[in-house]
Amino acid sequence: MTLFSKPGFSRWWSMVVKEFLQLKRDRLTFGMIVGIPIMQLTLFGFAINSDPKHMPTALIVNDHSEITRTIISTLKNSDYFEIVGELPDEEAGRRALAQGDIQFVINIPVDFTKNMLRGERPAVLIEADATDPTATGMALSSLNQVFEYVARKDLTGPLAQLVPAPPPFEARVQRMYNPEGNTHFNVVPGLMGVILTMTMVLMTGLAITRERERGTMENLLAMPLRPFEVMAGKILPYIVIGLIQATLILIAARLLFNIPFFGSIFSLYFATYIFIAANLMVGITISSLARNQLQAMQMTFFFFLPNILLSGFMFPFRGMPYWAQIIGNILPLTHFHRVVRGIILKGNEFGDLWQSR
Amino acid sequence: MTGELAIDVRDLVKTFGHKRVVNQVSLQVKRGEIFGFLGPNGSGKTTTIRMMCGLLTPDSGSGTCLGYDILKESAKIKRHVGYMTQKFSYWEDLTMRENLDFVARMYNMDNRREAVDEALEGLGLTERANQLVGALSGGWKQRLALAACMLHKPELLLLDEPTAGVDPSARRDFWEELHQLARKGISVLVSTHYMDEAERCHKLAYIFNGNLLVQGTSSEVIASQHIGTWAIHGEHLAELSEQLQRTPGIEQTVLFGTVLHVSGSNPVLLEKQLRQAIAGTSLKLEPMETGLEDVFIYLMKHTQVNGDKAV
Ligand SMILES: Nc1ncnc2c1ncn2[C@@H]1O[C@H](COP(=O)(O)OP(=O)(O)OP(=O)(O)O)[C@@H](O)[C@H]1O
Ligand SMILES: [Mg+2]
Repeated sequence: MTLFSKPGFSRWWSMVVKEFLQLKRDRLTFGMIVGIPIMQLTLFGFAINSDPKHMPTALIVNDHSEITRTIISTLKNSDYFEIVGELPDEEAGRRALAQGDIQFVINIPVDFTKNMLRGERPAVLIEADATDPTATGMALSSLNQVFEYVARKDLTGPLAQLVPAPPPFEARVQRMYNPEGNTHFNVVPGLMGVILTMTMVLMTGLAITRERERGTMENLLAMPLRPFEVMAGKILPYIVIGLIQATLILIAARLLFNIPFFGSIFSLYFATYIFIAANLMVGITISSLARNQLQAMQMTFFFFLPNILLSGFMFPFRGMPYWAQIIGNILPLTHFHRVVRGIILKGNEFGDLWQSR
Repeated sequence: MTGELAIDVRDLVKTFGHKRVVNQVSLQVKRGEIFGFLGPNGSGKTTTIRMMCGLLTPDSGSGTCLGYDILKESAKIKRHVGYMTQKFSYWEDLTMRENLDFVARMYNMDNRREAVDEALEGLGLTERANQLVGALSGGWKQRLALAACMLHKPELLLLDEPTAGVDPSARRDFWEELHQLARKGISVLVSTHYMDEAERCHKLAYIFNGNLLVQGTSSEVIASQHIGTWAIHGEHLAELSEQLQRTPGIEQTVLFGTVLHVSGSNPVLLEKQLRQAIAGTSLKLEPMETGLEDVFIYLMKHTQVNGDKAV
């Protein structure tokens, strides 16, 4: 069965032309097409970092010795801690944490050195403002390394016995696909799906409800145009727009963020095309439910939220409970993330992608 | 095939929610006839028209439009019918030419360019063809819509208040054109609130609260209600009008400036009451032909009363 007869094709094409003409005159929508990718790229790409460094840290030092001085200077040199000053006591530390002036209080207790030399393994107390776990996590896990470094450096000669022997084996980690643990590498390809979801669903949703809201749908339906031709005519322009957006993002990824590209550009565009089509279907579904453009907008955001949260864009997919993973797996964006990261960062081919999880 | 009838629908019913908007409406429009469709706001005119051109499926009832079944052959109906919606429904962010061209493409017209040029010329808008439609005045939009729905030379025009907001001279031109089209065998169903337009139709139908109350030529419609009407000429008629409304035998008074139309269904009683009422004043009383407007207002008031009783 052919969907288009010859006159049908011509009607469909006229729909497409009309849509482009209207789009050309609609400055706001046009601005959105270009503006949303650029804005989101800038915000997510430059502003967001899930591995924050240089966090304000206050010290409470109640024991001054060579080893505590080394600890402090090593902390100062680490990327994670920015020592902003010394506080007299724990009370002051608590207050500073509560006010949010600092992220960490590092407290070296009285008799630290003495107890250490006695082999009592005294503790350096660290109080962290852990309201946002992402902010503190990496910094805290770096502390043990700091201490081990200090111990090996300062505890030499007879004191060396205080340093426990390293385990007889070691972990050799190879960070694949993103050796420097660069947040951009994850976020920027992820943004491609997020931006496409947002603009594609919203725009088709609006494009069709706009006709209804302005009464022009009645006219379209009164003409010998079949509903399929209306829909297909509405879709094509947005597929083109989606591909343009994807290209913009890819160019930005390359030029602004230096993201390596290992896979085939053809595979990527093919995947993008399918993804755009999936989103347009969602948009059309929304437009058939919404009575006006405002409702279409609200529904789009209702759809957008789980996409952002459960697709693995914001938070690691594997960290989600089973039920959330099931929901996530229903969303096109989840799969698109995997595919895009697979192609861009891992150089996956179709065979790999088909089975990728 | 119903060769002679352009529209032949029977017992159309449409319910929105709990409200029966169109109730058992049957309409016959002959080919080459201009058929006026009248009724107060919200009476179901637009809904009926939408059912006739296949845009809305009736809950029950059946019929044909240009010989095509309104339930099953809406695609064919759309091809041969020109429907002008009540609300302006062309694209304001396209130019006039683009709008007309789009319509022409939708009907797969071969001589697109000429047809569009001709339509623009007919409108006298050739110089402004590349202006955005959104910038047109209301009346011009209306005229553009008319031109657009006639572009594909339909055999039947369904016009939903086509002249609302159009100036008198343009309205006259428009009706001239309708009559010319009718002479060529094109049928027209036109809804309107203007009495002068109603009088220019070959046939009329009056719908009220979804019920078709009368159907026929203008004189048939007037005769069907068996009411007599008198005119009272003079000043300060408002008080008299109020007083007469409470008088038995007088069913309706309509004030037009210095003329008061008074109607009633019992001619003898009506005349007696009127003579009494103006006795001793300088007012002038004379019998007159009952007009369409008098009949329509009468119909409306009467049905309302009946409706109230039924509740
Ligand atoms: N899609 C709809 N959903 C619900 N109710 C509707 C719908 N369309 C029309 N109605 C109702 O049906 C009734 C008849 O409406 P319709 O538009 O047919 O009246 P009309 O005779 O064309 O009035 P007007 O002279 O004001 O144009 C109105 O009460 C209206 O509220
Ligand atoms: Mg109406």
